[in-house]
Amino acid sequence: MADGLKYQQRELKVVGTRPLRPDGVDKVTGRARYGADINLPGQLIGKVLRSPHAHARILSIDISLALALPGVKAVVTRDDFADMPEEYAASGELTINFRDVTRNMMAREKVLYDGHPVAAVAATSEAIARHALTLIRVDYEILPHVIDVVAAMQPDAPLLNEEQYTEGVKPKPTRPSNIAKRLEFKLGDVAAGFGEAEVIVEREFNTKPVHQGYIEPQACIASTTEDGQAELWTSTQGHYVFRSQCAKVLQMDVSKIRVTPTEIGGGFGGKNNIYNEPLAIALSKKSHRPVKMVMIREEVFRATGPTSGGNVKVKLGATRDGRITAAAAELSFQAGAFPGSSVAPASMCAFTRYDLANVHVIGNDVIVNRPKVAAYRAPGAPIAAFAVESVIDEMAKKLGMDPIAFRLKNAAREGTQTYYGPKLGKIGYVETLEAARAHPHYSAPLGPNQGRGVATGFWFNVGGETSAALNVNEDGTVTVMLGTIDVAGGHRASMAMMVAEELGIAVDRVRPQVADTSVFGFNFVTAGSRATFAGGMACVVAARAAIEELRRRVAKIREVPLEAVLWTDGQAEPADRAAQSFAPMSLADIAKLAGRTGGAIAGHAEINAQGAGPGFGTHIVDVEVDRPTGAIKILRYTVVQDVGRAIHPAYVEGQLQGGAVQGIGWALNEEYVYGADGVLQNPGFLDYRMPVASDLPFIDTVIVEVPNPNHPYGVRGCGEVPIIAPMAAIANAVENAVGIRLCEQPMSPPRVLKALGAVRAGKS
Amino acid sequence: MARHHVTATVNGDAVEFLCETEETLLEVLRDELRLTGTKEGCGTGDCGACSVMLDGRLVCSCLVLGVEAEGRAIETIEGMAVGGDLHVLQRKFLEHAALQCGICTPGILIAAKSLLAHNPNPTESEVRYGLAGNLCRCTGYHKIVEAVLDAAREMRGG
Amino acid sequence: MARISLSSSLTPLTGGETGFELACANVRQLFQALGERYPALRGHLDTDVAVAIDGEIYQDALLQTILRDSEVFLFPKIAGG
Repeated sequence: MADGLKYQQRELKVVGTRPLRPDGVDKVTGRARYGADINLPGQLIGKVLRSPHAHARILSIDISLALALPGVKAVVTRDDFADMPEEYAASGELTINFRDVTRNMMAREKVLYDGHPVAAVAATSEAIARHALTLIRVDYEILPHVIDVVAAMQPDAPLLNEEQYTEGVKPKPTRPSNIAKRLEFKLGDVAAGFGEAEVIVEREFNTKPVHQGYIEPQACIASTTEDGQAELWTSTQGHYVFRSQCAKVLQMDVSKIRVTPTEIGGGFGGKNNIYNEPLAIALSKKSHRPVKMVMIREEVFRATGPTSGGNVKVKLGATRDGRITAAAAELSFQAGAFPGSSVAPASMCAFTRYDLANVHVIGNDVIVNRPKVAAYRAPGAPIAAFAVESVIDEMAKKLGMDPIAFRLKNAAREGTQTYYGPKLGKIGYVETLEAARAHPHYSAPLGPNQGRGVATGFWFNVGGETSAALNVNEDGTVTVMLGTIDVAGGHRASMAMMVAEELGIAVDRVRPQVADTSVFGFNFVTAGSRATFAGGMACVVAARAAIEELRRRVAKIREVPLEAVLWTDGQAEPADRAAQSFAPMSLADIAKLAGRTGGAIAGHAEINAQGAGPGFGTHIVDVEVDRPTGAIKILRYTVVQDVGRAIHPAYVEGQLQGGAVQGIGWALNEEYVYGADGVLQNPGFLDYRMPVASDLPFIDTVIVEVPNPNHPYGVRGCGEVPIIAPMAAIANAVENAVGIRLCEQPMSPPRVLKALGAVRAGKS
Repeated sequence: MARHHVTATVNGDAVEFLCETEETLLEVLRDELRLTGTKEGCGTGDCGACSVMLDGRLVCSCLVLGVEAEGRAIETIEGMAVGGDLHVLQRKFLEHAALQCGICTPGILIAAKSLLAHNPNPTESEVRYGLAGNLCRCTGYHKIVEAVLDAAREMRGG
Repeated sequence: MARISLSSSLTPLTGGETGFELACANVRQLFQALGERYPALRGHLDTDVAVAIDGEIYQDALLQTILRDSEVFLFPKIAGG
């Protein structure tokens, strides 16, 4: 880690203020162009034929009638894509097995979920493309399917992959299983820890799968040339990852694909993966025309990666004075049709908020007949936190302790040994707990059937490959090219602010642009709360490089030694007024002479940002339970979170509010409903019920800043942590309100009524 | 199948277009007239991203057929700013950071404008229910509601 | 010699070994040595594993220096959403 990038406390002029975002006017006028807004001359419309079955063998595919339909210019099936061997490639995601990527993109031997692509067509109009799909004859041999994670783990469950044996189990199993992988984390001795405990709480929790719910369906347009080049415009969180994966599945050189990211209408992790892109490129190659593919909402639900549904068992032991002596959990997550759920990070952050000597966590990655899961904001952590934070709350109540006091007593701090690996560095968990406890919300009065719940969340945050380049224009303004996509958080504005701060100029003299893939080498996806952290670091490095070049240039122009030149407040000045003096030069002065003194001034950075700082949050929620209907109303919500440093406080608040509301939706109403045939019954926004404005109050936010020592401005990143705590916070509030402990998500009215009924009937 | 010839007014300009019977007004706006500011989020009238005004009435353009626009006046997001001046709602959305990815923003602005035309002094609850037909996944609605209330205040002369 | 510890989730790939000492100057040398010693671990080192050196976490940082008396921890990599 370069020492120059460590956090420095200093007076700031731009960072921490609230300028208007550079992409804002385009977005409020409808001018901003998202994937579906791009059109090319001569374009064809591409559509995908999707499996109507949850699990079936493909016996044959007959595309002849579709090909013969006037207006159809190309059809692709599995025959048009090379099979890929089991190859794990780090192309910017949790391990990618290309054998699975190519099958998820287009089914080969089997269809593994309702919605699995089987063929794709490109035609001169959408109507003709849709008609062509109905003419493709696919012969299926329907197989038994399994969706529920617990059912999929049973020894007699239908198998999706007869050649999969559970990894991580010794000795190697003799029978195949839907459990792709089992992992285990241990610290200390839980048996002894439970032996020491005076109070034990043990619970089992189940959550249903949910979707990221971005309002913009996936959209892309591909255009290929006769000499093998491809241009792709797509709405994505990671254009380099998309380029890399398309190149691999299409067996093309990476340099022959140029991906231009459009504005993106929400991602949250769901747009880290390719879906239609390689199909569009392949169809364009076959038809020799651009091919535009836009998903409809039903396809987004049926076929793009949502989260896992999970089963989590938690056991916690503590002594009567409130010290946790042992913590154990087993998490089983649906991975979807191919292995690779977020059960590993979920297992790792389940108990990390607490300083524990004895921990045992088991994680099971289980394949089931639904789409391959994708990331969703702190992937896996909300499911783990729902279980663990509910049990923490129950334990606090059993011990007669205040929920925040109980957490403080066991809180992780700097130097706490985690059970998955290293010790924690400088963190702000305790600060968020104390800020929550001091908040007026925590002591406000409550009425009948109203209750208050607290829960906390932790996420690692990441860095990753990131590039930035800064160019000083002839008039002294600055253009910054960014390799990281601005998904929504406004990080493009924050980048401009950090560059303006470094250079000492006004922020409106800095114009940020997200570059296409031809501009930089590989950049990781915008995910993991990394854009402002890693993007910011790259921008700072680029800005400092530019400042060095500016100093060198001024030294030459003014004919003074380099050490005599100081860069401050947007200009080059003599470093020591008593010695070598010279007339200062502003950025504009230098820029005017730049061409004739060696060339334009620039600075660039290509880094793999390390030192991401973990984020912690504490949420307080008040709910009211309507006994006749079982409806839960959110009365008041407060998010307290350590973000390290809020570069632009309004955007940080927006992340905290948006993430919390996604968590509220996950808690109250969102779920995938499958029929007995394994087909998704609610692939639309009417029956997949996300929060609307009238469901919610204002979401109060408290920004805590414990600077990340590894970032020049102390940034931790903040986008993911806010989604983690709401489910448990609401469950805890419901328990506080009406005395029922809900262990099933979502806590929709029928489930609440059932639990209330059980209480009335005298069961526990 | 012969297409239908339709004449209408969009943002004050006379337009004419051809469309299939089953084509929606949303598809016509985006694909025939190339006004891509109005967005498709669901195609089934559940998300409000396609909100436009049809003869002064707020509708989901994905639930209106292109042929139904015959002789009628449509207002879309492209008509909200007048000359070089943003509408007060657009300004307030920027000031309050009431947008993140921006995909729902055109629909919400049209819906908010319609709300304030009917109710210039709404309570917080009335704003929330007035916008309940518009899904936003990024903001949690907090800053959107603040921006609409602030715009209403300014529009009343406050 | 640097002190190397492995997260318990990785120990199935090392036949149960959780920690040992190793002379290595950077992460790349560490991975080479680990790959030779535990063939089952080899494939995962490229794609799945993060490294903490004296408390600082590194992912995909093959040239990161490991000092003579560093404490090194290997555990699963994180991405995000």
